[in-house]
Amino acid sequence: MPYPTDFKYTKEHEWIKVDGNSATVGITDHAQEALGDIVFVELPKSGTEITKGKTFGSVESVKAVSDLYAPASGTVAEVNGELATSPEKINKDAHGSWMIKLTLKDPNELNGLLAAADYEKFVAEEGG
Amino acid sequence: MPAVSATTPTIRKTALNAVHRKMGAKMVEFNGWDMPVEYPSVGGIIAEHNAVRNGVGIFDVSHMGDIRLQGPEALAAVQHISMNDASRLAIGQAQYSALLYPQGTFVDDVIVHRLGENDYLLVINAGTREKDFNWVRDNTRQFNCKVENLSDDFTQIAIQGPKGVNLLQKLTDADLSAVKFCWVTRGTVCGLNNILIARTGYTAEDGFEIYVPADEATSAMVWNQVLEAGKEFGAIPCGLGARNTLRLEGSLSLYGHEISDTINVWEAGLGRFCKMEKPDFIGRAALETAKTAGLKRTLVGLEMIERGIARDGYKVQDDTCREIGYVTSGSYAPFLKKNIALAYVPPEFANVGSTVKVECRSQGVRAQVVPTPFYKRPKRA
Repeated sequence: MPYPTDFKYTKEHEWIKVDGNSATVGITDHAQEALGDIVFVELPKSGTEITKGKTFGSVESVKAVSDLYAPASGTVAEVNGELATSPEKINKDAHGSWMIKLTLKDPNELNGLLAAADYEKFVAEEGG
Repeated sequence: MPAVSATTPTIRKTALNAVHRKMGAKMVEFNGWDMPVEYPSVGGIIAEHNAVRNGVGIFDVSHMGDIRLQGPEALAAVQHISMNDASRLAIGQAQYSALLYPQGTFVDDVIVHRLGENDYLLVINAGTREKDFNWVRDNTRQFNCKVENLSDDFTQIAIQGPKGVNLLQKLTDADLSAVKFCWVTRGTVCGLNNILIARTGYTAEDGFEIYVPADEATSAMVWNQVLEAGKEFGAIPCGLGARNTLRLEGSLSLYGHEISDTINVWEAGLGRFCKMEKPDFIGRAALETAKTAGLKRTLVGLEMIERGIARDGYKVQDDTCREIGYVTSGSYAPFLKKNIALAYVPPEFANVGSTVKVECRSQGVRAQVVPTPFYKRPKRA
């Protein structure tokens, strides 16, 4: 699956799509593939403050538990409630299955994140 | 799965390793073995699990070990080292049993097959192969019988699920309808003579395990023929991930989890396989004492009633958040579509309907004690 070029990526395998002061966050196709069948997603409530680099939730497959790391700081504006009942949607379309929408604290925080091509290279080098 | 000891000399591979890799299996280290955990190209753990419940799935279980006891006193030897009553076995019959330490705790659990008049085959776990063999050899020296480690002689392929019988019947001249569950026979399989065919498994489903010569060419030939013959039944290869969720739904014990060298037979709820009335066996005296003393903890089935998945090692708490036990195995159950777990708790919390909390990543998630096994296969004609 191609990595959208209008997303930025973390080395912990989250993607973030920025639109002015707000952003949408999910996990990458590589992450869903590494996890296998996803059966559980734990997400923060709307209004929660999250901090770049800190965990904001978790995703679990049949076999594995994995933390979600915030690609940027901000306030959770919206949560994709559909994933609570249909977490397998992430396996089917990781880049279309957003997890949270954020009101960004500082859009400049995104500068350090990876572009699609760099993330793809990072994944290849990681042996994934 | 338990962490692999740092002293593991080299990682071992079954004869089918290259075949798994070619099929795109995701490989993991399990008890010192490089094994497929799932085959993403056929759908992954959930699809593999449900193939076994609804049709048939194929597993490479060659990492399992095999110990053969043969000789005039083979039965006496087996009786001495195992807790079930092997004298009840007819030739061709198999039983679930366990090897116990003098303390009544587990060396390992085993399937004892009676292959002939004075001929027994113990099928043991991968992680305990060497320990088990040494233990069996050391504790049967006083008996007139030969003890052989045949662990490397076989590629063991499990054909599991309600359609397993239809699949295997296409490849063998043995009449499988005459083989009841927990019985064995011999026959030609894929053109190979005198192959051991056991109607056994670790999936809580009907199925077979076949023991073929362990060379790579023969192993790959059989594996491929089994998959090919299974196409019409929707057969897919299955990895250790599905093997684990299948056995968990069936509440089947896994060494290092529900049973270990610190857990006794009564705690593990395996008393029905322990025949105290048979002649003396290792561990019996301690079990007698333990029975009188009463249980301090017991294995229960849990179903999560709030959102969360209990995982191996998570703590179990009472309503006041006091720690009372721990989870031995926990997962999402792909067929039951519930989050289930096995856990040790004090007997006062073991009644069906009791509620406890499982500490899932620092959050107490409510769970209810439910009857086990979680899954029981439907009776079929």
